[in-house]
Amino acid sequence: MSLSVEFGLSLPNFHLEVQFDAPAGITAISGPSGAGKTTLINVLAGLVTPDYGHIETQGRVLFSSHTGVNLKPEQRHVGYIFQDARLFPHLTVMQNLKCGRWFRHLPSDPKALEKIITLLGIEHFTHRRPTQLSGGEKQRVAIGRALLSNPDVILADEPLSSLDPERKTDILPYFEMLRDQMHLPIVYVSHDADEMTRLATTHLQLKQGRIQSS
Amino acid sequence: MTDWLSPSEIEAVLLSLKVAFWATILSLPFGIGVGFVLARFEFPGKQVLNGLVHLPLILPPVVTGFILLKLFGTQGPIGSVLKDLGIVIAFSWTGAALAAAIMAFPLMVRAIRLSFEAVDRRLEDTARSLGASPWAVFAMISLPLALPGVVTGSILAFAKAIGEFGATITFVSNIPGETRTLPSAVYSFMQVPGGEESAYRLVVLAIVISMTALLLSEWLAKRVKTVVEGR
Repeated sequence: MSLSVEFGLSLPNFHLEVQFDAPAGITAISGPSGAGKTTLINVLAGLVTPDYGHIETQGRVLFSSHTGVNLKPEQRHVGYIFQDARLFPHLTVMQNLKCGRWFRHLPSDPKALEKIITLLGIEHFTHRRPTQLSGGEKQRVAIGRALLSNPDVILADEPLSSLDPERKTDILPYFEMLRDQMHLPIVYVSHDADEMTRLATTHLQLKQGRIQSS
Repeated sequence: MTDWLSPSEIEAVLLSLKVAFWATILSLPFGIGVGFVLARFEFPGKQVLNGLVHLPLILPPVVTGFILLKLFGTQGPIGSVLKDLGIVIAFSWTGAALAAAIMAFPLMVRAIRLSFEAVDRRLEDTARSLGASPWAVFAMISLPLALPGVVTGSILAFAKAIGEFGATITFVSNIPGETRTLPSAVYSFMQVPGGEESAYRLVVLAIVISMTALLLSEWLAKRVKTVVEGR
């Protein structure tokens, strides 16, 4: 279970040159804003195409400039957790949780659904719509939605940055749980040093478009 | 209503409603398609497509009617093919529906395009990353979220279709019971001595129908928005 990443991407104002391996657990990537953290995650998710490189997870090639492979976002099986929860407003919490399996035409998996609902403590508002949830509740649903889409990798882009400090301490344990129980590579991007120390299995730094271990 | 309106007036109103209904229903899939394409894609010729869609808004309606007559008349390139298939739309109510649909299309597309543009693209990316194909993203995310605009666009198009006159009378003439829609009937009544009173009644009715459609579209769009956003 690991994700191996190597790519280069030139943008108008900077160049991103990245190489790292993310084993199961949290690979935390920190760096100042503007260092290219979100771009890096978007490249892994297939939302941005790099100029060259090779991205592979568990023996499945997601991108390779050498062989011309470039899987579409929907073919990559990544669970993306965004800064803002980005729940679908026209669907209930339950529908949001289930949509990953609908989209992939997978049969529903009531056991996994129940397990994750319990783990995240969201059972009492599964019938509600996202607008009726607090920021922390939304983010927990977003985590559940990403997990239930059956991902090979989890990508998290500053998932706590839009929450107030109290909520942050509420959500952090869920990421620790993901790290310790899911056995998935999790790429977790943030500029918050505390979050990093607490969560990281491996800690990398992104500075001026390059990865440095720290 | 039967006391108030004469049979020929009722006939004109009902015909207008029928024409507008079919004009709206049949142009809706195209309106959604074109609105989405204009909102989401960059491609060569996009401005040409945009221009073509809006052309009926700018052109004198009589010009649009003339072009339709030349294309869809029984001698025209499209009309002659349709005629071989047994379909004649020139000088029939179906032609009136086509003229109304084309004249109302810019209004419909505009409302739908704006509401697709207002859909958060990041939600579409999110759906992709969760495994949704572009079609699934459209059907399950973009279209439901753009529904308020689809409703507004449809009702505006319906109201416009009821009132369409210039292109209709040029293309399908003014045949009682077949193509004499509400505006054509007003026009006819104005031409005959003593018809003024009938014209007045239809004018009032036209104002009532149009105003109702506008209010209804505002109200429905708000309702749908509330339901879609779950507030």
